[in-house]
Amino acid sequence: MYSAIVFLPLIGFLIAGLFGRAIGSKASEYITSGLLIVSAILSWVAFAQIGLGSSEMVQYDLLRWINSGDLEINWSIRVDTLTAVMLVVVNSVSALVHVYSIGYMHHDPDRPRFFAYLSLFTFAMLMLVTSDNLVQMFFGWEGVGLASYLLIGFWYKKPSANAAAMKAFVVNRVGDFGFSLGIFGCFVIFGAVDLPTIFANAQSVSQGEGEVMTFLGYQLNGEVAVTVVCLLLFMGAMGKSAQFLLHTWLPDAMEGPTPVSALIHAATMVTAGVFMVARLSPIFELSHVALTVVTLFGATTAIFAATVGCVQNDIKRVIAYSTCSQLGYMFVALGVGAYSIGVFHLFTHAFFKALLFLCAGSVIHAVSDEQDMRKMGGLRKHIPVTYWTMMIGTLALTGFGIPLTYIGTAGFISKDAIIEAAYVGHNAFASYAFWMTVAAAFLTSFYSWRLTFMTFHGKPRASADVMSHVHESPWVMTVPLLLLSVGALFAGMAFKANFFGEAYDAFWKGSLFVSSENHILHEMHHVPVWVRLSPFVMMASGFLLAWQFYLRKPEMPKALAARHDALYRFLLNKWYFDELYDILFVRSSMWLGRFLWKRGDGTVIDGMGPDGVAARVQDVTARVIRLQSGYIYHYAFAMLIGVAFFVTLSMFSGGGAQ
Amino acid sequence: MSDWSILSITTFLPLVGVLFILLVRGDDEEAKKNIRRVALITTCFTFVISLFIWGGFTYENPGFQMVEKYEWLGGAFSYHMGVDGISMLFVILTTFLMPFCILASWNSIQNRVKEYMIAFLVLETLMIGVFCALDLVLFYIFFEAGLIPMFLIIGVWGGARRVYASYKFFLYTLLGSVLMLIAIMSMYWQAGTLDIPQLMQHDFPASMQTWLWLAFFASFAVKMPMWPVHTWLPDAHVEAPTAGSVILAGILLKMGGYGFLRFSLPMFPLASEMFAPFVFTLSVVAIVYTSLVALAQEDIKKLIAYSSVAHMGYVTMGIFAMNEQGIQGALFQMLSHGIVSAALFLCVGVIYDRMHTRQISAYGGLVNIMPKYAVAFMIFTMANVGLPGTSGFVGEFLTLVGAFRANTWVALFATLGVILSAAYALYLYRRVVFGALEKESLKAMLDLNAREKVILIPLIILTIFFGVYPAPVFDVTQASVDALITNYQTAIELGTKAVVDTAGLSH
Repeated sequence: MYSAIVFLPLIGFLIAGLFGRAIGSKASEYITSGLLIVSAILSWVAFAQIGLGSSEMVQYDLLRWINSGDLEINWSIRVDTLTAVMLVVVNSVSALVHVYSIGYMHHDPDRPRFFAYLSLFTFAMLMLVTSDNLVQMFFGWEGVGLASYLLIGFWYKKPSANAAAMKAFVVNRVGDFGFSLGIFGCFVIFGAVDLPTIFANAQSVSQGEGEVMTFLGYQLNGEVAVTVVCLLLFMGAMGKSAQFLLHTWLPDAMEGPTPVSALIHAATMVTAGVFMVARLSPIFELSHVALTVVTLFGATTAIFAATVGCVQNDIKRVIAYSTCSQLGYMFVALGVGAYSIGVFHLFTHAFFKALLFLCAGSVIHAVSDEQDMRKMGGLRKHIPVTYWTMMIGTLALTGFGIPLTYIGTAGFISKDAIIEAAYVGHNAFASYAFWMTVAAAFLTSFYSWRLTFMTFHGKPRASADVMSHVHESPWVMTVPLLLLSVGALFAGMAFKANFFGEAYDAFWKGSLFVSSENHILHEMHHVPVWVRLSPFVMMASGFLLAWQFYLRKPEMPKALAARHDALYRFLLNKWYFDELYDILFVRSSMWLGRFLWKRGDGTVIDGMGPDGVAARVQDVTARVIRLQSGYIYHYAFAMLIGVAFFVTLSMFSGGGAQ
Repeated sequence: MSDWSILSITTFLPLVGVLFILLVRGDDEEAKKNIRRVALITTCFTFVISLFIWGGFTYENPGFQMVEKYEWLGGAFSYHMGVDGISMLFVILTTFLMPFCILASWNSIQNRVKEYMIAFLVLETLMIGVFCALDLVLFYIFFEAGLIPMFLIIGVWGGARRVYASYKFFLYTLLGSVLMLIAIMSMYWQAGTLDIPQLMQHDFPASMQTWLWLAFFASFAVKMPMWPVHTWLPDAHVEAPTAGSVILAGILLKMGGYGFLRFSLPMFPLASEMFAPFVFTLSVVAIVYTSLVALAQEDIKKLIAYSSVAHMGYVTMGIFAMNEQGIQGALFQMLSHGIVSAALFLCVGVIYDRMHTRQISAYGGLVNIMPKYAVAFMIFTMANVGLPGTSGFVGEFLTLVGAFRANTWVALFATLGVILSAAYALYLYRRVVFGALEKESLKAMLDLNAREKVILIPLIILTIFFGVYPAPVFDVTQASVDALITNYQTAIELGTKAVVDTAGLSH
């Protein structure tokens, strides 16, 4: 069954990819979507058996992969509770996105290719989450990167889409640089790259005395080596999960079709980094430094992305920055040692963020492919299903619920838990993380309501022509919205007890590791009431501010932006990261490449080497030619000089004497 | 198996094809067609025969197999052939790529077809000979003679600057080889034999090893090519006809790596140990430097040529990491690069045949009219980038693991190549294949025809097959690589002990 879950999407990819033209678009759509639905149902079965039920973890090998000396890597499948959670997330969202795309893409001539890519992505993601070793995880990691590259650049005629696709791949490769080095480091420290061996030896290696790895000339003992490896691996996670400094690709990735943004750039692929850290909790838990760094980057991303999200005008970019920010939340949870809460937020976030993106897609579909919110407004009455499902998504994202109870939307349960966990966290940046996440909660609420108000409320700002075409989406698009709404509303309440409540041990069965000193899940029950209230207050004030700005006095934001022009520009231009990176990396490496080519290869190597030698030979021969004048007396003179020279030489060396 | 001299048969079978081609009279279309057919049949047949080598190969045996040995020139030299786990797959790679070369030249070569095909078949014999030879002189003859057909292929059927490129290629490689010849002579005076298996057992004095190592290095580094003696390669690639580039990238470059594994490591272990940091430095510079240079290229073939130099940097790095992962990775990387770079050059050939330009700026938006081509080119681009699941990943990964165990600085800088390779490869792909189709001249281009599909599809299958299941290769190389490493380490231990002993005596 587990192999079927993983390989059904691959079969779909091969059918749609190889025979898409032959069998036609309709058949490709139905085959890929059908296989994905089967896979999704099986995933829920697996989740019920392994997570909710009492089945043991499943692990088996499929095929030998890379065997060289003591390095042994097999293709294998590992399904424990953490994997089962991911299977449910990936396959459910993927199946719904497949179905939704049947409606969303129905104008597009390249549908078989689109569905093939979607299935390819799903397959790679499943390989990632079911892997039992770091290298197979890396395979999935790069595979989703490839699928993401192909899907962002799906509309290959748009230069901006091609640029964004390439940017996504290359920035992710920067993260992969760290990930690869982390894998090499693991191999050196633990002598293996498969998870069971690493987990079994983690404790003893970390506590062991003596040098276990030489890194960049430093001889590291067990504890430091584990930290170094964790930090390198985290660099990979930062790339894939678009964390601060490596986030620049995610907003640009919105060039892809909207269902892609929902599936890849909101619900699944970007959470791979979170999954990786949670999966490797047995080694991250041993490194206080690494967890502190994780907290720092998570908190910074949460607030940074939220500030940028507040001023963007492209509906998809707002949600993209929101994703970035929410990923920051998840890393905060991981960083303070509350892995289960991080994974829980991943789980709930997948539902409401996919919902928001698909709603945004539905809006874009309705207003004739317009993405600028300044040209929307007043759509509430025209597309009611989209409006109400988007409302649910917004409520879930902002964390709406009844304070001090556990009744509320999915985001309410998981996000508030993160804020509480950050409050009781023990590392150096935990309180920083607490304040940043609280502040980000305010901004989250503000930009979410801003988005809703600008899109659905107020007077229509679109042209009359566009408004006359506004229509509700067909049922293939609205049914996935409704299903996701159910998840966005109830996923939090339904699974809270399993993820970090009473049923914790029975649910996880040790697939997340926490050390004996880590009591964060207990401590967070004893936070002061104001801490538990703070996210709600922030959410409410964010709502009020958005209401004031965009419904009551729509002229206010403009005036405010004019008054604080520098700040506004700074935020609008995303803190100028793109410009900075362009100068620092893109232009400079192009310049360096050209310099090394023309000067290094051309002038120095060829100039001193072959071309230089050839030129010198020609110089010399040119002179030698001039000696051959053809006059007898020239030659006779030369001979005379020669004779004189040798006579002199022999006299001086004493050759003439005896 | 060795009863029927399979190695000699494989090696010299192409010459039989040459004989047949010489018999073809006339210069009309019919004659050309016959010549092409004979060449294709010969190379295919050679490939099939060479598969028997693999079939008869014993995996557990680390030594040489299918050995043939005859006295030659009064016993000083011998005609000694044999393969082991290191060389066997190169033979297969050579015979495998040849039919593709012939097919790739089917329409693009129209003048002097006879001479062209003869050059290729002779080249095939010489290349197989290099990998099978177990006598230094025999090896040297094959190694050097191979230059001549390649020189002619570039110089006669090449592009505009073919004469410059072919001379550069010839002189560069010849210069290296002359030093090797001197080294071979001094090895003969020292060891009294030129038999490679015997030389591998022979202990050369440490000081002599240094000089011999350097002389061999000069030759192999140029062949490889390593930075900074790589500049002949981009020029040669750019000017060579498609099939010439395929052979150059696919096989000729591998002779350098093969030479390191066959001579430098087993015969001069102490010197190899001593020079390892030097080779590491050159490899890392090659990876980073040439990747950056590739980023700035405006010519498709030049870009791929520079990327070849970078990939060969991984090979030398892996070899001199001197551990199991490094050396197996290097071997795998060479084989994989043989397939992938050959395929990339074939891909370039496809559009070059249609447009007769290699300028990147002349293309753009090919995906609109050539979707099948776009898929094939995408797969090879990704293999070149080292995406897991393609053969490019396995070699790159293993060499990096090997390097990380040997020296983390080296691994750190070499891993930068992972980022840069993605940048230059995707940048190329974006400029050539993606985008809207705006250039009038491109609009009449046709997608892959049957011949081109026959060329590219097997390569796609192999690229993915070896990415997912590389075990067949490792099974072959395992025993020989183990033996190589064990011998190497014993030699190093003995060497250090000798140093300690003499140091002890002098006190």
